Amino acid sequence: MLRFDVMTKQLKSFFIEIGELSLFTSRFFKETFKQPFELKELLQQCYQIGNRSLLLVSITGFIIGLVLTLQTRPTLMEFGAVSWMPSMVGISIVREIGPIITALVCAGKIGSGISAELGSMRVTEQIDAMEVSGINPFKYLVVTRVLAVTFMLPLLIIIADTIALFGSFLVENVKGNVSFVLFFNQVLDALKFGDVVPATIKSFFFGAAIGLIGSFKGYNCEEGTAGVGKATNIAVVSTSLLLFIIDFMAVFVTDIFFEL
Amino acid sequence: MSSTHDKKVVLEIKDLYKAFGDNQVLNGFNMQLYEGENLVIMGRSGSGKSVMIKCLVGLMEADKGIISVMHHDITTLNQEALDVLRADIGFLFQGSALYDSMTVRENLEFPLRGHTKKNGKLIDTEKLVVEALENVGLANTIDMMPSELSGGMKRRVALARTLILQPKIILYDEPTSGLDPITAKEIIILMQDIQKKYNTSSLIITHDVDCARVISDRMILLIDGIDYAAGTFKELSNSKDPKIKAFFK
Repeated sequence: MLRFDVMTKQLKSFFIEIGELSLFTSRFFKETFKQPFELKELLQQCYQIGNRSLLLVSITGFIIGLVLTLQTRPTLMEFGAVSWMPSMVGISIVREIGPIITALVCAGKIGSGISAELGSMRVTEQIDAMEVSGINPFKYLVVTRVLAVTFMLPLLIIIADTIALFGSFLVENVKGNVSFVLFFNQVLDALKFGDVVPATIKSFFFGAAIGLIGSFKGYNCEEGTAGVGKATNIAVVSTSLLLFIIDFMAVFVTDIFFEL
Repeated sequence: MSSTHDKKVVLEIKDLYKAFGDNQVLNGFNMQLYEGENLVIMGRSGSGKSVMIKCLVGLMEADKGIISVMHHDITTLNQEALDVLRADIGFLFQGSALYDSMTVRENLEFPLRGHTKKNGKLIDTEKLVVEALENVGLANTIDMMPSELSGGMKRRVALARTLILQPKIILYDEPTSGLDPITAKEIIILMQDIQKKYNTSSLIITHDVDCARVISDRMILLIDGIDYAAGTFKELSNSKDPKIKAFFK
């Protein structure tokens, strides 16, 4: 009986959270198109988010390319299909592995950063101070950050994909003596419109999810430093889960339109 | 006292109620702040002083009651009208609330973003920032980050930021809390100087008896969610009521 009560309570708070997140999201859309536009802060955030994540995303991309090629090579050799390696790596990186791994890395780096920053601003009354100055803190802090992640994540994913392909080429060049031109010709031949466009579209959704959840948890952070820690932790966990849900939905929709 | 009551009321609270779940924090609180007056509101920790002051600027929504700032009931104002009214109210936060990621200059420039013109003329932001910092004796910190400042300096910079829009009313939330006695005294003197220079009306929330003694023209004791007693520092400190006496021991 007690267990049932606890479950009911948890379920209720889950739905309340979903409701609050929906209101937060609708407020984001409403404030985005309302003047004045905080262009300077938006550009500043784009620079901060893009620049600070570039190295991490590049290293991750390079390792993905290396590992994927090294792990797949023996299996393809067994079937005598090693010549398919560039096509296989290209499609899997561009369609799936590049976007989702980069988004997960950014959820940890960017999402937690936004949540911790806004959370500490909330507990130290900096957000209240903005509000009493007659400045809309939601527009200044939330809208700019969410837009910045939404715009920057696709760019980071393109960079990560490119570097991952270079990593893959490196293995193929060393182990299979494949030339640069041959490798990338095969990659580009294999990639179709239905591989590139849906992956790019879903990366915008990934970015919006990272920005929105990070901002939502930080902006509504509970009092105290423990509240900031909790908000940051929940932001990363929830975003990671949501990224997989968005990915599943994206694949489902892509399958309808492009017959994967 | 009589001279105070001849003056115009700039801020008024009638029957303010606010509860958090079962905890009734404000239970029909009333107060009036007159033009040019320093009104101190004293109460124990958790008595609802900060809740009351946050309701005053619309940071928190009251459950019931009328909050009138310069004859505008803020509970009925829309966001735009509230933002315009807020330009006339300065708020000094307990923890200073300086923006960590901005320099002192940027902190002071920030409230001016929505107020680029005064009487149809473009305002000189640089001049205003320097003047506000000179008022608090910290002109040399203009390019420093808040993390480089001491607690007392942060409070002064926050006061300069509060002053930059030249508000008619200043709300102080525990202005001396967390400061050593000498720095606290400096802040109190600064508050008095500002009041004299700009003829602002000040509402000071504190539990610091020394601060209340030096700065108050009038005091209200917030006990059990109501305005339990009001009067000058002398009147209240001589009271025989044990609940009032407990504050001045």
